Amino acid sequence: MIEIKNLHKKFGKLIVLDGLDLTINPEGSEGGIFAILGPNGSGKTTLIKCLLGMVIPNKGEISIDGTSVLKKWEYRNNLNYLPQIANFPPNLTVIELLKMVKNLRPKASNEQELIDLFSLYPFLKKKLGNLSGGTKQKVNLVLTFMFDSELIILDEPTTGLDPIALIHLKELIQQEKAKGKTILITTHIMSFVDEMADEIVFLLDGKIYFKGSVAQLKEQTNQSNLEHAIANLMTKQHA
Amino acid sequence: MLKILKYSIYDLLRSRWSYVYFIFYLALGFVLLFLNNDMNKAVITLMNIIIVLTPLIGTIFGVMYYYNSKEFTELLLAQPIKRSKIFMGQYLGISLSLTLSLVLGLGIPFLLYGLFRSAAIFDFSLLILVGSFLNFIFVALAYNIALSTENKIKGFGYAILIWLFLAVIYDGLFMISLMTFNEYPLDKFSLVATMFNPIDLSRILILLKLDISALLGYTGAVFKDFFGTTKGAFLSFLVLCLWVILPLLRIKMKLRKKDF
Repeated sequence: MIEIKNLHKKFGKLIVLDGLDLTINPEGSEGGIFAILGPNGSGKTTLIKCLLGMVIPNKGEISIDGTSVLKKWEYRNNLNYLPQIANFPPNLTVIELLKMVKNLRPKASNEQELIDLFSLYPFLKKKLGNLSGGTKQKVNLVLTFMFDSELIILDEPTTGLDPIALIHLKELIQQEKAKGKTILITTHIMSFVDEMADEIVFLLDGKIYFKGSVAQLKEQTNQSNLEHAIANLMTKQHA
Repeated sequence: MLKILKYSIYDLLRSRWSYVYFIFYLALGFVLLFLNNDMNKAVITLMNIIIVLTPLIGTIFGVMYYYNSKEFTELLLAQPIKRSKIFMGQYLGISLSLTLSLVLGLGIPFLLYGLFRSAAIFDFSLLILVGSFLNFIFVALAYNIALSTENKIKGFGYAILIWLFLAVIYDGLFMISLMTFNEYPLDKFSLVATMFNPIDLSRILILLKLDISALLGYTGAVFKDFFGTTKGAFLSFLVLCLWVILPLLRIKMKLRKKDF
């Protein structure tokens, strides 16, 4: 369970998060896929980074399973994060990177399966600097999914993936969900959200503007298409 | 931290620049030895080069490594590791790999030339020690700058500026103040002013060990009196250590509030 209370963050004069309250998976409920949506600059990445401890909030409280996580680091052992841009040290090979991350996390991992799944065998001994964007993203996915953690955070996971890899990614996410995990995803691809998300968290001006299922959103905005429903949410606010 | 250190060294040892730097020192060592044909003279020439070059390379390498590995650092930040350990590991990785290039690059030609049979061994060791200190100091300064500056170009600018200031401008200001106030006793002042610049401090330390302080006149005598003693040498190394520790403490402080 993740509980965020009254979270404030500003960068200089720019207020990004403005008293945000959010509870994901209240006590008793089983995992699920949560899509964090919002226009550019609405604070999606900042919210995620606060959760990860990469951005330090000005005010507020974040707790996972009842314990505060601010200024701590041990809790990250039970959390997998896929960063937006996969930019690895160019001089390391794929296999070395995998070994390194495994070395940093003393935890069982199933990278072999994932390497098979994304057909990364031919690239294992290549330097990361020589890989294409899509292949790097696959490596990124392997790094994220190879550990068994309760919470999985994916920032724009679909970037650069080919259709086959995308199908595999969707399967992976569904498998993890079936294991009762909580998965947070940010994306701008609405069809992906429509297909995958159990619940939508819509951020606007540093607050939660909407939280509910896809069906609820469609109903509330009187739209049958998710893309239009989201667009409707954005324009309504600004009108 | 050791894991991060291991991998940053690994990463750096594979980068072309470490080799370029190593080969540069190797070539420099050989050329100086065979041109001078005298180890003592080679040490003096080397001093002049090391004292300006190691800080420059240290700052540039430090800033460059920080900005280049930014996204990877973010990946590490999401792992269960303490923040300060990531950056200390990287810092030590850069400093050690630069020091390794320096020690091996200069050590090999001097060893081949018969360092152990020569009296210059102490001067040479001091030179290497001071050069290593300068590496650690300037990489720490560079990391401070890079952590405080989001903009890469600005970061590079400030890094070069701080090097320029300590290597060139500081001496200029020092000279001007000596000229302006030359009616007053300045020995204490110059002693203290030297302490505030790691480059000057290193230069003086080596010069005095090389026994050419007679060239420095009265102030030289004062300096010799101070640095020549065990207490003076101890104090100057202490100051060099402070030049490493203080920037590192600032890095730690900065990290507590920094957003990535």
